[in-house]
Amino acid sequence: MPANRFNNFTEYGIGIGLRAPHYDHILSRKPVVGWFEIISENFMIDGGRPLHILDQILEQYKVVQHGVSMYFGSAEKPNREHLRRLKELVKRTKTPWLTDHLCWGSVDGRYTHDLLPMPYTFEAARLTAQKVREVRDFLEVPIAVENVSSYAEFHVSEMTEWEFLNEVVERADCGILLDVNNIYVSSQNHSFDPLTYLNSVPAERVAQIHIAGHSKYRKYILDTHDHPVIDPVWKLYERAIQRAGHTATLLEWDDSIPSFQEVHGEALKANRFLAEATLAVAV
Amino acid sequence: MKLATLQRAVAQAVMQPLTPSEHMQRTAPGGGRMSAYVARFIKPNDRLTSFERLEIYNRQYWFRVLSSMIEDFPGLQAVLGTRRFEAMCKAYLTACPSRSFTLRNLGAHLEAWLRRNPKWVAPMQTLALDMVRLEWADIEAFDGKAEPALRSEDLGAMANPRLVLKVQPYVQLLELHYPVDKLLLEVKDGDDGNADFASNAFQERRKKRKVQAVAKLKPAQIFLAVHRLDYSVYFRRIEPEEFLLLSSLRNGKPIERAIELAFRKSSMPAADRSASVQQSFQTWATLGWFCRPEESTRGEKTHGKSGQI
Repeated sequence: MPANRFNNFTEYGIGIGLRAPHYDHILSRKPVVGWFEIISENFMIDGGRPLHILDQILEQYKVVQHGVSMYFGSAEKPNREHLRRLKELVKRTKTPWLTDHLCWGSVDGRYTHDLLPMPYTFEAARLTAQKVREVRDFLEVPIAVENVSSYAEFHVSEMTEWEFLNEVVERADCGILLDVNNIYVSSQNHSFDPLTYLNSVPAERVAQIHIAGHSKYRKYILDTHDHPVIDPVWKLYERAIQRAGHTATLLEWDDSIPSFQEVHGEALKANRFLAEATLAVAV
Repeated sequence: MKLATLQRAVAQAVMQPLTPSEHMQRTAPGGGRMSAYVARFIKPNDRLTSFERLEIYNRQYWFRVLSSMIEDFPGLQAVLGTRRFEAMCKAYLTACPSRSFTLRNLGAHLEAWLRRNPKWVAPMQTLALDMVRLEWADIEAFDGKAEPALRSEDLGAMANPRLVLKVQPYVQLLELHYPVDKLLLEVKDGDDGNADFASNAFQERRKKRKVQAVAKLKPAQIFLAVHRLDYSVYFRRIEPEEFLLLSSLRNGKPIERAIELAFRKSSMPAADRSASVQQSFQTWATLGWFCRPEESTRGEKTHGKSGQI
């Protein structure tokens, strides 16, 4: 299963997040990179340097859009201005698929700018799936939803997180951006077996995978994207690749960002597992 | 509990200001104990209480929005000092929480809110408001819309006193009471992202320098065009007549009328005005500040009198 309809049947390999400290290096050295993931909201503007940089990147690289504030799980309707600007950007980047989080973050038009965890209820799954469908129909591009790291759980939940994920993607008929680091972080914070989660994900819907580092505190783990990927997360990645096949993979590094070479080098470690997956398919 | 009700209750707690020691408040929104409020919807686990679990989100929210304000308004922070700035930001964000999908717009209502709540910047209200206006103009100029620019030769071909010229949307025009442009440049000087590597002594010296720069600042009326060139933002001082002329053009006045309004109270000798206007238009066109007017606002063709641009 090297590619599927949820990533527009594209054959993307390993990518990294496009971040401002690396602009000069990328534009002057033109390193070979499979693809770049951009944070959509950083480019949903009218003009200026960010769009100028993006246009130069688009001339030379494949770009996929990743959003942080669509809030599929918020009970309110999608923000029309957000959708309009997002569609403009989709036309500009020609992103083959688009991702955002399976979370909520806005209420009554007020934004928390955070990825707040969902209550895992059937009502929430129904409303979330409906919103995913509405957004996909408006944007006319396949959508994949990302599982988030979480630090709290709700009494009202009627199912596990992975059951909720399955419920939403089946109802919405959308893809999954499987973040194996987020599975690890949440498994530690909520005391569940991450492999149980991973093995429950419908592999045929995995459009993309995220890997990242995190920060460990005494009583919980925070998803900080400021460290290399740890071995237990690589093990989850290996399992994800075994199940989903060769899948577009992206390393997230958003804070204390090191040199381009260090970030890219960390991402390329995923090649080992992707190569094994390719070999397994060939055999 | 319905999804919307639950989300409203959680968001109220998450967006409630932290205590001075950066913890979640013990009192819930609307009164009562926060621990009881949170326990209604958040499960505890074997390491954290319901309160502690939601506190992670409460702290994350405030750290994120405050760091965004610090990034966008370093000049105002220098004017007020860090403590007052943070107190002001907390009050502002509590009164005007983000209503945009992007943090870029977090400070969009700060000037209006400060005008309604001057106590947060007293007794430096005028200086603080000038700085807020400049810093917001900086943001708007950085990523504002640019339309295809008209060059000098285009303007010559369109010469017509009744022409309505359009000023680029990203160009911001400001009339200020303090020379905050220099102050902001001084504040930003050295903010190169290497703060982690700088020594404490260096940081202290820089902080002291900023405080001295604010203390020394004397009132002086200035007119600024905040614009961008080659994707970098610049603060360009302009003459009062130029400010009035550009403002009139922005408001849709035809060139001839805009020139009239610009020089109505000017002390510039009448004989010098034509050359001055020509020079200004030449400079602005070179900087790409003009764009093609809408078809309906180009004005009628006239004969026998060329526009002095």
